[in-house]
Amino acid sequence: MNKRLQKKYLACPYAIWMAGFIIIPLLMVVYYGLTNRSGAFTLNNVLAIASPEHFKALCLSLLLSLISTVLCLLIAYPLALILRRRNIGHGSFIVFIFILPMWMNFLLRTLAWQTLLEKNGVINGILNMLHLPNIAIINTPAAIVLGMVYNFLPFMVLPLYNVLAKIDDNILFAAKDLGADNIQTFIRIIFPLSIPGVISGITMVFIPALTTFVISNLLGGSKILLIGNVIEQEFTKGSNWNLGSGLSLVLMIFILLSMGLLAKYDKNGEGNAF
Amino acid sequence: MLQPLIDLKNISKSFDGQIVLDDLSLTVKENTFVTLLGPSGCGKTTTLRIIGGFESPDKGQVLFDGQDITQIPPNRRQLNTVFQKYALFPHMNIAENIAFGLKIKGKSKSYIQDKIAYALKLVNLDGYENRSVDSLSGGQQQRIAIARAIVNEPRLLLLDEPLGALDLKLRQDMQYELIRLKNELGITFIYVTHDQEEALTMSDTIVVMNQGYIQQMGTPEQIYNEPENAFVADFIGESNIVDGLMLHDELVEIFGAKFACVDKGFGTKQPVDVVIRPEDIDLVEPENGTLIGTVTHLIFKGVHYEMEVTTDNGFEWLVHSTDMFPVGKKVGIHVDPFDIQIMNKPASEDEEAVGVNE
Repeated sequence: MNKRLQKKYLACPYAIWMAGFIIIPLLMVVYYGLTNRSGAFTLNNVLAIASPEHFKALCLSLLLSLISTVLCLLIAYPLALILRRRNIGHGSFIVFIFILPMWMNFLLRTLAWQTLLEKNGVINGILNMLHLPNIAIINTPAAIVLGMVYNFLPFMVLPLYNVLAKIDDNILFAAKDLGADNIQTFIRIIFPLSIPGVISGITMVFIPALTTFVISNLLGGSKILLIGNVIEQEFTKGSNWNLGSGLSLVLMIFILLSMGLLAKYDKNGEGNAF
Repeated sequence: MLQPLIDLKNISKSFDGQIVLDDLSLTVKENTFVTLLGPSGCGKTTTLRIIGGFESPDKGQVLFDGQDITQIPPNRRQLNTVFQKYALFPHMNIAENIAFGLKIKGKSKSYIQDKIAYALKLVNLDGYENRSVDSLSGGQQQRIAIARAIVNEPRLLLLDEPLGALDLKLRQDMQYELIRLKNELGITFIYVTHDQEEALTMSDTIVVMNQGYIQQMGTPEQIYNEPENAFVADFIGESNIVDGLMLHDELVEIFGAKFACVDKGFGTKQPVDVVIRPEDIDLVEPENGTLIGTVTHLIFKGVHYEMEVTTDNGFEWLVHSTDMFPVGKKVGIHVDPFDIQIMNKPASEDEEAVGVNE
């Protein structure tokens, strides 16, 4: 009789963890988001998204994270295909190389890009030496996209590599055998079979990109505000926790919507890389 | 006279310095069922993959209907392959799987519909159009893989151990289905297997391979009754392979006893290998036997008894008989002349390497 009970006790630490670090904070965000400073119920914090500056920040966030996601997909897919073709030993070594930057601090990596891209930074220094025109992308949306792609690329490569590596070579041989050339094999076999990986890659790049404020802080200067920056500032500088929570709720809705949309295409849930 | 459809000319292939095929030449005639038979690593699958276009040979040519197709990619060859593990497309239903090749070729919708229905009927799976691949058993998946290949009306169908993953009963059923299909469709089959029974059941011609060489090619009867060397004799069915001394034409000495045989042309006093199938040994009263031994082992196998008879020199003869002789009984061994198969001892080191213990 005790076996079942014992198993139940084993789940306790996780239940406490979930309650203390996920559910209670979430409820607090909801509470703050739906009340004003005196604690009375209000929808103003949520509706504040409609104000021009907030709405602009949200739209810019959506746009930049969408561009970054597409770029990540375009870079990662061919890479994952190449990795698939190598025999297992080499493949995993190259995957390892690509994951290596993830072992370094996220802030450090982004700061490094700041140094590289600065007006008198490393890249422009080299360009000067070669008498080439300088680049001026620091503090522009382009620099933010660059930072997002750089930081989130591994999250696209891994799920793609995972699904592609699982495709049996014989299936591709069968497609060839039935008359399909390389392009037809890709369109009709490889891509459809990789959709779960594409979906989870998109999810894992799009969501952090949509909520980031560190990348836009460091590479966008203080001029470009993403929705993440707006929320951060409400908590740190404006000390209006209610407004910050209200806007977070709106962002959460966008994330849930995008995940719901993607889940429709990922029926089997095979693409979960982690 | 049947025309040659596939002509392999002096094919050599090695992987990482390991020679898999060495100067292999093979002709496959139109509308025949040819089986490449051998132990794993003998080069049979590589041969099939070279014909299919998935491997290119290091040396040599592949001729299809007289045309050199060595450099032509698999998608432009007039043949189809049934893969060992079916290789159905998991994201498509059965109808889409079968339609794949026809869609690539741009056939009309109604043509494809007819073909799907026809192919499913042929493999006894009518009505399975909308089923998913996962919902089918191994045997059903294999039949779909065959249907997917034959709707393209290939002139040649390559089958790579297609029944290997099925259980015994299903395998036997599928063997009959394949024979029926081959007869109905009139296309050439090249079939790869390591299962000698499968090969004997289905083939018009068997090609026995070992270590990249063709050991023997012939009808199932020829391969079984007249194996050309010890490897073939040992690999096809069970046999007793013993050292003999050819005294002169039609007389061979085994363990000091003289046996009449029907083989000629081996010279006089020549050491030879002698093959005697277990079912060809007659056990008689000791005084009537050419050799005398003792029954040391007895197992009832259903169709016959399997016995081991040990002769004075310690050799254990494998005997299949419907008559039972109890363990410990002294018996005489008698073999009819035409049941004795004489083979030359391997002459070169190359042939020696062939080995009989695989």
